Amino acid sequence: MSQKDAQSEPVPLPQSCQACHTSRLLNRRTLLKSIFGVGVSLHLAGLATNAADDPKKMRPQVGDLFVFSLGDRQGQVITPQEVPIGGPPIIAYPMDPGTQTVRDGSRLNRVLLVRLMPADFTESTRTATADGIVGYSAVCTHTGCDVVGWQSETKELLCPCHASAFNPRDRARVLGGPAPRALPLLPLQLADGKLTVASPFSGRVGADQK
Amino acid sequence: MSIFLKNKMLAALIPLTLTLSHPGEGIFEFGTANAQNLQTYQPVTDERLLHPEPENWLMYRRTYDSWGYSPLDQINTKNVKKLVPVWTFSTGVEEGHQSPPIVNNGTMFITTPKNQVLALDARTGDLLWRYRRELPEDLFQLHPTNRGVALYGDKVFLATVDAHLLALNARTGEVVWDQTVENYLTGYYMTLAPLVVKGKVLVGMSGGELGIRGFIQAFDAETGKSVWKTYTVPGPGEPGHDTWPGETWKTGAVSIWVTGSYDPQLNLTYWGTGNAGPFMGEVRSGDNLYANSVIALDADTGELKAYHQYHWNDSWDWDEVSAPLLLDVNRNGRSIKALVHAGRNGYLWLLERNADKINYVHAEPFVKQNVFTKLDPETGRPTYDSQRIPGIDKRAEFCPSVWGGKDWPPAAYNPKTGLLYIPANENLCGALKGKPATYTPGQLYIGLELTDVELLPQKEAKDHIGELQAWDLSVGKKIWTVNFKSHNWGPVLTTGGGLVFLGGTNDRYFRAFDAKTGKLLWQQRTNSGVTGVPVAYQLDGVQYIAVQSGWGVDAQRKQELLDKAFGTKIFVPQGGVLWVFALAK
Repeated sequence: MSQKDAQSEPVPLPQSCQACHTSRLLNRRTLLKSIFGVGVSLHLAGLATNAADDPKKMRPQVGDLFVFSLGDRQGQVITPQEVPIGGPPIIAYPMDPGTQTVRDGSRLNRVLLVRLMPADFTESTRTATADGIVGYSAVCTHTGCDVVGWQSETKELLCPCHASAFNPRDRARVLGGPAPRALPLLPLQLADGKLTVASPFSGRVGADQK
Repeated sequence: MSIFLKNKMLAALIPLTLTLSHPGEGIFEFGTANAQNLQTYQPVTDERLLHPEPENWLMYRRTYDSWGYSPLDQINTKNVKKLVPVWTFSTGVEEGHQSPPIVNNGTMFITTPKNQVLALDARTGDLLWRYRRELPEDLFQLHPTNRGVALYGDKVFLATVDAHLLALNARTGEVVWDQTVENYLTGYYMTLAPLVVKGKVLVGMSGGELGIRGFIQAFDAETGKSVWKTYTVPGPGEPGHDTWPGETWKTGAVSIWVTGSYDPQLNLTYWGTGNAGPFMGEVRSGDNLYANSVIALDADTGELKAYHQYHWNDSWDWDEVSAPLLLDVNRNGRSIKALVHAGRNGYLWLLERNADKINYVHAEPFVKQNVFTKLDPETGRPTYDSQRIPGIDKRAEFCPSVWGGKDWPPAAYNPKTGLLYIPANENLCGALKGKPATYTPGQLYIGLELTDVELLPQKEAKDHIGELQAWDLSVGKKIWTVNFKSHNWGPVLTTGGGLVFLGGTNDRYFRAFDAKTGKLLWQQRTNSGVTGVPVAYQLDGVQYIAVQSGWGVDAQRKQELLDKAFGTKIFVPQGGVLWVFALAK
């Protein structure tokens, strides 16, 4: 079990960090400039480029289909009829219908599909459903666990990590546990009988890592 | 891409400037009081770790034997009632604050959830520097906590929740090196305080709920290069591999998430190991070595020299991750170089350590336990009541609950009283029912529905759940017990002043007890529940007691289940604050 292990080299970070050294030399005016101007915009631009470059990591796009994320049918398109009425939810990934690219490059793209009776939904939720199916981010807003639990009697979404509970009938409102906010809603629509994304997530997915 | 600033006004703007840094990298800030620290920081040597000055707290439990004992006695049974807060510091973070303030001659280091390290002036509470790791956006934190730093030379070591090991410059907070230990996307993460032994930084891996294969790995403190790595689940051809059927060893868990002990005479490090996964034992029939064990690893090579498995083929989620305390016990006329462990399985274990063997000496329950029907008198191997073993689609009730007689909060030993202090939970049983599990990398792999994890308070739980127990190991007798209505998540500190310090209850109190009698001598209500490891240190002739208050993680989870069971709604506010106390002048 014990092994000499020389595989990995550590990242030789800032002992000789040139950027750090340079930044110490910045005068105050330059600093303020970078704070309020170029620095921030460069950073944001960098992030945007990274996300935009990889369709597998892009958040769900309008018109995307859904595929099973797990199990025997992983990667196959989900039809509305395959989402069981009354739960449990299916955990899906969005897929670009044109290129057939499944957006499984980030677990933040996991979507819960829950089918209930249309009358079960609050008005503001119902408008985002398609054929009784509602879509939510599957990533808990507390510490980012997958919300894979389902309370079948009360029809609540449950996070197995810290027991946060969400109401699928009402925009995944927090019913209990430490989650600070609802799961973002992913509005759905039917297009040619297929379940598709109607508009982007209603808010930022995932937990606050800061 | 980080920026140093000493100007106070600009320092306030730092979070903005540091959006320039990249994910996975950290953010560090200079405080306003750093100049002196830059000059005076005293490097930590092997000698200082072996024989720490009484006024310092240089590692997780202060000493390699994991006693959690400070010889300081300025604060004592006679004057502790005059203890008052002298300064506090808000960490700005929620969730479980479990790390001890590590103190080295006036510089204090604390960690918080989300892998923040704060270096503070231990006299005044001024910020020296702050390091905040930029965690990946797709990381999920099953246990949002960190249990502290280790010190060596002029470096501070942090094991991160995205499975990196970092060396920070103790004077500035700059990252000296950043080593990827494992891939967080496959469920590996770290929460423990590293253990430094002779220039190596030892860490263990969490992820027992996610189908990892646990290990302990040592890195060169200077360079960050890996020196050795020892799996806690043996691979093909290794002793113990045959205790795992088929391919189960590959995802067998056996995580390591609490800092080990070290015996310099034997040159062995001792670690407690987690349970195997998935949680139902029937899916991995066999003993599942080295789960639920204490293992002894050669500090130089990582070679497994000895082990003792507390219980085999676990089905109760009873991690035995607390490292054993190393102490000499005189029992029945015999002096035993002992390993002592208060188990999550509810038994108090007394073992004997040798260079190549761990001998079973004695064990007995310290809380109600109804799973073990007997222990083999020679080996300590338990026999189980089959009715108490949950399985696939088989619900079983058992005592203690999944959180055990004692979870991770460390026990303490005071050489002046000769007593061991155990933060225990009594009168709580539980039930589990398993389901088949399919392994998907990075996904929960426990084989349980959340709704099939039950907490079953016994009727006596209306009186109390939490306990602080004091045991005399020489006679195997519990000397006193303090009861708390609340469950207890308090790590224990004991001191040369004849005191025991403990928080851990949902009423937010931090308390001091007479170490001989258990009498409550002092208490302070804090901002949140105290799950941090308390420490003692001394500067300029003044003794301090320091502890973080910040409820979260399993304490919060268990509180929710207790609220359901009792029909209560107890609110324990979150948000970490470091408290530092001294005697009123």
